[in-house]
Amino acid sequence: MDVTFQFDWAAAFSSIPHLLPGVPWTLLISFGGLAIGFVIGIIFGLMRISPLFWLRLPAIFYIEVFRGTPILVQVLFIFYGLPQILGEPINALTAGIAAIAVNSGAYISEVVRGGVQSIERGQREASLSLGLSRTQAFRYVIWPQALRRMIPPLGNQAIISIKDTSLFSVIGVGELVRQGQIYIATTFTAMEVYLMVAMLYLAITWTLSILLRQLERRGLVGQ
Amino acid sequence: MTQNENTTTAIVRMEKVNKHFGSLHVLKDIDLAVMPGEVVVIIGASGSGKSTLIRCINGLEEFQSGHIEVDGNELTPHGKSGRALQKIRTEVGMVFQQFNLFPHLSVRDNVTLAPMKVRGWSQEDAMETAERLLERVGISDQADKYPTQLSGGQQQRVALARALAMEPRLMLFDEPTSALDPEMIGEVLDAMRELAREGMTMIIVTHEMGFAREVADRVIYVHQGEIAEEAAPETIFDSPTDERTRSFLSRVLKH
Repeated sequence: MDVTFQFDWAAAFSSIPHLLPGVPWTLLISFGGLAIGFVIGIIFGLMRISPLFWLRLPAIFYIEVFRGTPILVQVLFIFYGLPQILGEPINALTAGIAAIAVNSGAYISEVVRGGVQSIERGQREASLSLGLSRTQAFRYVIWPQALRRMIPPLGNQAIISIKDTSLFSVIGVGELVRQGQIYIATTFTAMEVYLMVAMLYLAITWTLSILLRQLERRGLVGQ
Repeated sequence: MTQNENTTTAIVRMEKVNKHFGSLHVLKDIDLAVMPGEVVVIIGASGSGKSTLIRCINGLEEFQSGHIEVDGNELTPHGKSGRALQKIRTEVGMVFQQFNLFPHLSVRDNVTLAPMKVRGWSQEDAMETAERLLERVGISDQADKYPTQLSGGQQQRVALARALAMEPRLMLFDEPTSALDPEMIGEVLDAMRELAREGMTMIIVTHEMGFAREVADRVIYVHQGEIAEEAAPETIFDSPTDERTRSFLSRVLKH
């Protein structure tokens, strides 16, 4: 058996134009899903710390279920399972965005909870002692500070979700991995192409990291 | 001024107030009346309940039984006071041991937030008041800075200006100098002294005995959740009648 392997740089580079069409899909699924996940996260994160049991309970249930099951199973459930109930197919893009939304939403709920709970009790006490209502104390004092502390874990979640979209190649959405698979089927240069796929993910996540670092630094003014 | 003839005009009236933390009886039958313009200093060992006592006055702590009335608004046990509590907090200012300034807001915005959001003042009015108060506590040149850029003493003076911006009828001080470096205690006490001179009603929890003697109209010694003794500062410090007061003072005044 011939084990000598020559990495074919030409093949690697020439694959890039065939992979690039996957980038907008990857970005659309991850950021579309994350935007919805952020809204879900705020709602369920705040429900999770509500003094009212009947608000806490559904939040705990949601978080445990979607954090405790694999995202691959979640997207398969949405893409193949839900149509059985709905009676009509769900397109792969919608299924992908929905899966990122409900999955990141569960994690972001915990980020929101942690962020809000990390604000010292004295901040709330000072607000209330000045006559602010509990809602005003939250809106003007607690939340702006919590949001700043949430930037690093939110960035973390964004990076995880971007990478999670690679799993959605299984439902045939034309994201990065899917584009790579299609190309490899004709060229058989798996090593070269998957390396380029990996580099493209890295380009996206690294850019995001840099942007987040800048955002964080700006947010640190006055801390 | 004796308590009996003036109870009707008292700005703060506590009657038989009891508070429990689980099995711990933190406040025991507290009776206290504070007259407008009076400066009352509360002293006592750590854990004696003195902070808890003043935190009950603006509802930061609940109590289980008794009666608290602040400027005509009544607080009910178990924290079910609703509108009355909101009114009290609008009229009662508080300065905390840890300053509790809002770190995400500039010094100026720290001072203008409550007047604008609670009193509904215009930004111009609130800014004007802020300038005046910051000037008065000696930090008008720091208005654009953020709290963490200031020294502890400056932060506490901003906290005082922030509370005063609401034009309170009563000020509560919860160990305002305990978190400060020694060289900064003086500047905060000076600001409080001036406030007392202007006739502000003040209830102060402090370990600064010299300051207590100087500014207090009345000193209250709290021992294990009870008011053990209350008298004019000269009486408390020079000839305390209660053995517990004597023992406490001998421990804190020795060094």
